[in-house]
Amino acid sequence: MKKPIIAFNDFSFKYRSQQEPTLYNIDLTIYEGEKVLIVGPSGSGKSTLAHCMNGLIPFSYKGEITGSLQMMGKETKDQSIFQLSKMVGTVLQDPDGQFIGLTVGEDIAFALENDCIPQDEMTGRVTAVSNMVGMNDYLHSSLHQLSGGQKQRVALAGVMVDNVNILLFDEPLANLDPATGKEAIALIDRIQKETNTTVVIVEHRLEDVLYRDVDRIIVMNKGRIVSDLHPDELLATNVLEECGIREPLYLKAIKYSGSAITPDMLPSHIESVNLDNCKDNLLHWLEKKDGLSEPKYKAEPVLQLESISFHYDSGKEILKDISFTIHKGEMVSIVGANGAGKSTLTKVICGFEAPTRGKLYYNGKDMTNDTIKERSLKIGLVMQNPNQMISKTFVYDEVAFGLVIRGVPEAEIRERVEETLKICGLYPFRNWPISALSFGQKKRVTIASILVLQPEVIILDEPTAGQDFRHYKEIMEFLVELNERGVTILMITHDMHLMLEYTPRAIVIANGRKLADKSAADVLTDRNIIREANLKETSLLDLAERLQLPEPGEFVRHFIHVDKGGNGIGSKYVSVR
Amino acid sequence: MAVNMLAFVDRSSPIHRLSGATKFLCFIMWSLAGMLTYDTRVLLFMLVASLIIFTVSKIKVKEVSFVLLFIFLFLLLNDIAIFIFSPLEGVKIYGTKHVLFHIAGQYDVTVEQLFYELNITLKYFSIIPAALLFIKTTNPSEFASSLNRIGVSYRVAFAVAIALRYIPDIQRDFQTIAHAQQARGIDMSRKETIFKRAKNALAIVLPLIFSSLERIETISNVMDLRGFGKHKKRTWYSARPFKKSDYIALITVVALFTVSMLVTFYDGSRFYNPFV
Repeated sequence: MKKPIIAFNDFSFKYRSQQEPTLYNIDLTIYEGEKVLIVGPSGSGKSTLAHCMNGLIPFSYKGEITGSLQMMGKETKDQSIFQLSKMVGTVLQDPDGQFIGLTVGEDIAFALENDCIPQDEMTGRVTAVSNMVGMNDYLHSSLHQLSGGQKQRVALAGVMVDNVNILLFDEPLANLDPATGKEAIALIDRIQKETNTTVVIVEHRLEDVLYRDVDRIIVMNKGRIVSDLHPDELLATNVLEECGIREPLYLKAIKYSGSAITPDMLPSHIESVNLDNCKDNLLHWLEKKDGLSEPKYKAEPVLQLESISFHYDSGKEILKDISFTIHKGEMVSIVGANGAGKSTLTKVICGFEAPTRGKLYYNGKDMTNDTIKERSLKIGLVMQNPNQMISKTFVYDEVAFGLVIRGVPEAEIRERVEETLKICGLYPFRNWPISALSFGQKKRVTIASILVLQPEVIILDEPTAGQDFRHYKEIMEFLVELNERGVTILMITHDMHLMLEYTPRAIVIANGRKLADKSAADVLTDRNIIREANLKETSLLDLAERLQLPEPGEFVRHFIHVDKGGNGIGSKYVSVR
Repeated sequence: MAVNMLAFVDRSSPIHRLSGATKFLCFIMWSLAGMLTYDTRVLLFMLVASLIIFTVSKIKVKEVSFVLLFIFLFLLLNDIAIFIFSPLEGVKIYGTKHVLFHIAGQYDVTVEQLFYELNITLKYFSIIPAALLFIKTTNPSEFASSLNRIGVSYRVAFAVAIALRYIPDIQRDFQTIAHAQQARGIDMSRKETIFKRAKNALAIVLPLIFSSLERIETISNVMDLRGFGKHKKRTWYSARPFKKSDYIALITVVALFTVSMLVTFYDGSRFYNPFV
């Protein structure tokens, strides 16, 4: 008989500052040693549910609770956040923000310090747990020197050191590059098997989590649990599509080819899914493909990099001899591992750093020596975190800001701002305070504030990070629309789907060098590039290989074509402009 | 990069090996001595001593040059302001008047005034290296643990440590935000007037505040989740016992402090008067 460890019973929760409850009548039991994945779009209540488990609700975020939530048989309301922290260890999504100590060892020890564990015992326990996550050689390293994946290992060790019974991961993949994300999932799996803890993962990147087995998937939508099934059973339903969660691509391909997914196909892993009944359909589907050709760019070049190298005063080269040409009206992805040099490349293009060697051309003119301000008229930069850009209280002022400081006449400002706001679908919100907007809307405000300056090229750093599928679609469709209006778009991204679906061309950076510059489909079907640049192959490639197709790239391109062609899910989520 | 400008840098030196509390107490006494005395001999001794300690600590001048430059600029402004508002302060203090040359109105340049302002400048110069030394050689966490040991509540001690620890993070945020705003055409370079640059700086400060608030929310959640504040006491991973060198350092600084006070107040005045 399995022992319940987390038990929600007709549980509802309403934040104090909100009118409507965020969680409605939740009934959910998680048993000891289980590994459960909670998925749902943003605002579905999945993070709130996680906060209820670790005690941030009701102890840090106040509100009204009805019903009951028992953790290991004890009602959470009657406990303290400290008692709960002994049972539940939480790993947050932000790998930088969650560190308290300066060094790895110190951060792992934090919970022990608060428990008054003597120093020698502490050292022993820290060493033991850092061994488990493979960070024992880094105990004295500063946290800032670690890679994203290493930071996550430290965060995990920091909660494991307390011998917790439940490990709770809040969007563990959000800030990792694709290959590191895969490692993280494998690590979680190994730790769970070794320690037999209960694992709860909250994440909307379903396909990436399914890299390893999970026992159950809970789907949340609008504050309710809409499904609680084994992965194989869930994937055979339409629940995910209805809730706006991205299904694994290989399953989508099977669906497009006209086969149905059934639980007995074991659809949760690409390696194990039984293709016997759908193979013919897939092959037949592929035959129907029309003459797809690689997009060709006859347009003139807008931005050219000519053997750009860069290093800081002291230290090794961060960029080595990078050359490429971006043509007018292109939409290009720049991909690569964390720390490969992608953001340094943007800094060089925008003029924050001067290249140590090489030249930059804009519309054929040398702009290597142009100032940041001069370049800002041609190239706009949108940061990953909108809070790093927004400096005004109201939407209109924020968008107008760049024009105001340029001394543009007021009548012209009004006209340009209003037009930009209309393009961005923000016109109804022009007099709103920015703090009242959602994350996705804030992102739009920052894009609008750059767009209003009418640059020809816009560079976006992780435009969709932390967004669920619906918002992702919204932002991307918006960018496509801008692109169609003639704006050239460069995107730095970790999202392989994004690259595949939206950018015909991808530039791959690895260790400061340009590793590849070709179509996204070709990049993601080349295992050498994937390995060297810490990318992750699309499951479509695996599917193509299992079907023993001679040209996997073609299969991937056909899929994207169908997916965008209106007979797939793509059209259903066109934005709510 | 300038990110480590005002942050702890771990090196192996006798100064780094002292416990944080020792360094803190020494720094307090050093500053107190520097603030109280106007005695040129004491100040000169302190300046030389602090420069020697600075060398011993293996901190490179390059690492703090930006801060130093900033302080020197303000020091210069300070000196000029003193002359403008009180051109005969030195004469009043030292009781004699040796005019070097006349400028206009009441503005005489006197040897006394120059000497007085030299003393003021020396005071800054003798304290600044000590302050930089303290910030650059003290591991914030170890400092917190030693503050806690000398009787400061661990919550207060930890607040101090975490403030020190976040200096580099905030600097990094500042850089990112400054870049983002410059890319919108906000000019922070010398091409703009000072007034405009100050106004433009506001466009960086506001996002900096917001992103810092975001940071605070995350970190306070994390601290709650990992049991901070559970008990009346806590232990410290990076605690270091007081060593012989700590006692030696403390005793030396106490002795120096006493001697400097004796020299300063011996003749009933805080000023050393070479003019009589």
